[in-house]
Amino acid sequence: MKSDLILRVIAKLLMPFTLLFAVYVQFHGDFGPGGGFQAGVIGAAAVVFYSIIFGLPAGRRLAPERLVEAMLAAGVLLYAGVGLAGIALGGNYLDYFVLGADPVAGQHRGIFWIEAGVALTVAGVMLKLFYMFAGRSRDL
Amino acid sequence: MALTVVAMALQRNLFSVVVLSSAYSLLMATVLFALDAADVAMTEAAVGAGVSMVLLLGALALVGGGEAKPLHRPALPLALSVAVGAVLAYGLQGLPAFSDPHAPIHTHVAPRYLKEGPKETGVPNVVTAVLASYRGYDTLGETIVVFTAGAGVIALLRRVRSRRK
Amino acid sequence: MSAIFDHYPYWVTIFLMIAGTYIVIARGNLLKKLIGLAVLQTSVYLLYIAPGKIVGGTVPIVAERFILYSNPLPHVLILTAIVVGVATLALGLAIVVRIREAYGSIEEDEILARDRADGDRAAQ
Repeated sequence: MKSDLILRVIAKLLMPFTLLFAVYVQFHGDFGPGGGFQAGVIGAAAVVFYSIIFGLPAGRRLAPERLVEAMLAAGVLLYAGVGLAGIALGGNYLDYFVLGADPVAGQHRGIFWIEAGVALTVAGVMLKLFYMFAGRSRDL
Repeated sequence: MALTVVAMALQRNLFSVVVLSSAYSLLMATVLFALDAADVAMTEAAVGAGVSMVLLLGALALVGGGEAKPLHRPALPLALSVAVGAVLAYGLQGLPAFSDPHAPIHTHVAPRYLKEGPKETGVPNVVTAVLASYRGYDTLGETIVVFTAGAGVIALLRRVRSRRK
Repeated sequence: MSAIFDHYPYWVTIFLMIAGTYIVIARGNLLKKLIGLAVLQTSVYLLYIAPGKIVGGTVPIVAERFILYSNPLPHVLILTAIVVGVATLALGLAIVVRIREAYGSIEEDEILARDRADGDRAAQ
């Protein structure tokens, strides 16, 4: 599909908007529908779309496998780290009230980092799955 | 939606089954949105119609399409599934009517989340508040499950060159 | 008659569940079985979401103009279930791909026949 002009132009046009939408869904998740799970999937879908149009090597250049694998683990660690931060500041595990100056601000901060961790892991897993299935050739 | 599922059950060409399942996911997303589940509908549209379609197509390219054989004995599985359905239909009669505001589901925890959630967390989207804050442990578990599934796929599909030599 | 109309989303759920079970049991193709499993899974999503809806209510995002909201709790559970579902679907697909590489087929009958033949040869 690399030679199709229409697909190439459309893909280049859509890519920034899809990624922007993923970021919007991530950070606007508190006020509208959205959050880490959706943002991760949408962000991964943007890269998958790009790799389908321009070929797998181009996609791998955009999001190298090493980075994707690191994202996979970093998300879970970030999530667990927020929980440990709660303990370090004198609360329970995953206790957000102690994270900020007042309880509501603490909740905000806790939810923000949790969602970031979820988005990282989900995006990483989705991309990695796509690479694994697409990168395997059919020969036995 | 029901028609799509029936077509999926009957169709033998796996490629059309995959495309149909994607269309089915999209229909499912609209149904979920009509049931007021905006976050869920969004996820289903992105995951079901987008990512899982790509994954299924990727797997299809690896295993080859076309279901080889017709059904040998469709009667027994059909009877079994319908029997399961009959049991479910019997159980259905005990459920509260659809959209009954006095059903137990609406009177237990949900009112507290809806009333106190925005005040306690400062987040108007109650779904996000419950997901990340009240049920943080659940979500941590789910994230770990996703991570483990990803790791499992990596372990299964990673190329092992040395074994073949 | 009202027993049918009071519960109509649940009837859809039951239909999807029957269809999913049927595909999983009756079809020999492993990929088809996985898709049937996915259909079964979506019927469970519906089973959870449908009771949470209140007619006249709105999406559970608190705003001043609304007082009636649908129940947010099932939404949270299903939201995570969908993402976990696709991850496990991918795991199943990976296993199917490996089976195809080991046996050269993804039809249940052929795989069982080959297993049996191997067993007989080992017994001799």
